[in-house]
Amino acid sequence: MALTPEIVKQVSLLARLQLSADELELMTQQLGRVLEYIDKLAEVDTENVAPLAHAVELSNVFADDQVAPSLPREEVLANAPKRDDACYRVPAVLGD
Amino acid sequence: MSSLVEQTATELQRRLQASEVSAVEVASAFLDRIASHDDKIGAFLSVWREQALERAADVDRRRAAGKPVGLLAGLPVAVKDVFCTRGELTTCASKMLEHFRPPYDATVVEKIEAADGIILGKTNMDEFAMGGSTENSAYRPTHNPWDNERVPGGSSGGAAAAVAAQMAPLSVGTDTGGSIRQPAAFCGVVGLKPTYGRVSRRGLVAFASSLDQAGPLARTAADAALLLEVIAGHDPRDSTSADAPVARYSQTVSQPLEKLRIGIVREHLGAGLHAEIAAAVEEAIQVWKDLGAQIQEISLPHNEYAIATYYIIAPCEASSNLARYDGVHYGYRTDETKMLAQLAAERKAAEGNPARLEEIDTPLVRMYRQSRSEGFGAEVKRRVMLGAYALSAGYYDAYYLKALKVRRLIRQDFDQAFAKVDVIMGPTTPTPAYRLGEKAADPLASYLGDTYTVSANLAGICSLSTPCGFTQSGLPIGLQLQAPALEEDRLLRAAHMYQTATDWRLRRP
Repeated sequence: MALTPEIVKQVSLLARLQLSADELELMTQQLGRVLEYIDKLAEVDTENVAPLAHAVELSNVFADDQVAPSLPREEVLANAPKRDDACYRVPAVLGD
Repeated sequence: MSSLVEQTATELQRRLQASEVSAVEVASAFLDRIASHDDKIGAFLSVWREQALERAADVDRRRAAGKPVGLLAGLPVAVKDVFCTRGELTTCASKMLEHFRPPYDATVVEKIEAADGIILGKTNMDEFAMGGSTENSAYRPTHNPWDNERVPGGSSGGAAAAVAAQMAPLSVGTDTGGSIRQPAAFCGVVGLKPTYGRVSRRGLVAFASSLDQAGPLARTAADAALLLEVIAGHDPRDSTSADAPVARYSQTVSQPLEKLRIGIVREHLGAGLHAEIAAAVEEAIQVWKDLGAQIQEISLPHNEYAIATYYIIAPCEASSNLARYDGVHYGYRTDETKMLAQLAAERKAAEGNPARLEEIDTPLVRMYRQSRSEGFGAEVKRRVMLGAYALSAGYYDAYYLKALKVRRLIRQDFDQAFAKVDVIMGPTTPTPAYRLGEKAADPLASYLGDTYTVSANLAGICSLSTPCGFTQSGLPIGLQLQAPALEEDRLLRAAHMYQTATDWRLRRP
């Protein structure tokens, strides 16, 4: 699976990154080399091997259903780059 | 009497308990050392001078009044800038979090403070813990105290350099693929990556959630045992935290292990390993034989696929974790006025061309993209891209799913090996510390440096690096010991045994 600048450009949208033309070219080249190396995984026979997503295979760790205080709104909003009294502010979503 | 900064945490603890020195004297000595040496090293991103002295004075008052004090009472600790500290800058060495002041403390930080440890400041790292040289810090590189032209390793490079340069007796780092052990090896200190889940990840800025683990760096195994005893333990606020009893490591560390069975992976001592490191490991094998250990050759047949597996799984998890940096909730946001003007210009240029108009981002999407592109450094972008690619439709099975299957085989290799031996031993790194800039242009070369360390993260076992020699040019060499999950006690006792038989840990840069 050869990596092309078109694929990298498409992935940059998925990753919510904006790459310059130079970055795009360098990224295609560098990621291409890494993927070429990673292709060695194809040598491994994984027929009938179950995937291991987590080294400690825990399931269903439940917390008691108790009401506990959350962080105060003011402290949470304190780090927002743009806000009003109670909400985060973002650029218009639905156009003008 | 040697100066305070030269002493181990265990020695300092004894002298503090005997009231031979005060916590304020100890904190001052290390803070002064930071003030005089850190310009050259660059281990710290922020220094908490006033708070540290205040807390130290408080410990002294309580001790003088005969009130109970914690296990670390008066011992300085440096904290990697990846742990949230309430109201104090937590940057992850990223421009993205340049002004971020978390609303709460990480559990690790709470535990250090509850044990009356004195936090000296926050240490430098590779941005978001991605890298092996601390050159990926958005603020400044850290220099290796043994040779200032060389890297300290990474990502916990500041943590390791701070201990090596005697700017802190103890520090806490994180290890996702070797980020505690590799800098410990490069800087000639002890670094322990505990079992996955042994130490709470709550408040640790996430890189790869199924691999990240916090652990101690120190000058000796006994000192590492002391800090691990404080930070380890179940945390109900981290659902992946191990609900298992924690040994009193600081008490048990000096007990020798009888008839220890040590496994050696022959392939790890061959091609690709620096000759002086190979010789140092062979010498360590002889030390162990003299200590009465039984040496056995073992095989980890899938270890050669560990790097490839890791560089799929870690970037996939990273691309998902780092999606939270959206320029909305916290962190960096691009200049909106400029961005909107740019978008307007693009729309104008595309007028009358519906296909091109269609391609132009909405203001919200452009805000996300531009904020992230300006806030993240090159290595973080590479990993986020790699992960997004491997998880995208059409590639998921070939990359991510395949890597998870190989991950199980890697863990099975360890399970089989630990049926025969108690500890696995080998080199921590294939080379000693390299020069700044040497691998900056070649990400793959830098990834290959993790060849001996990543498999412990993939398998979730515990592993440490301890000094085992020096190259002719005076660079430290690390010996890696690995033990099964939750066997930190065995690992620390083995390292302590080795350290009492050798004196590598005593050298200072």
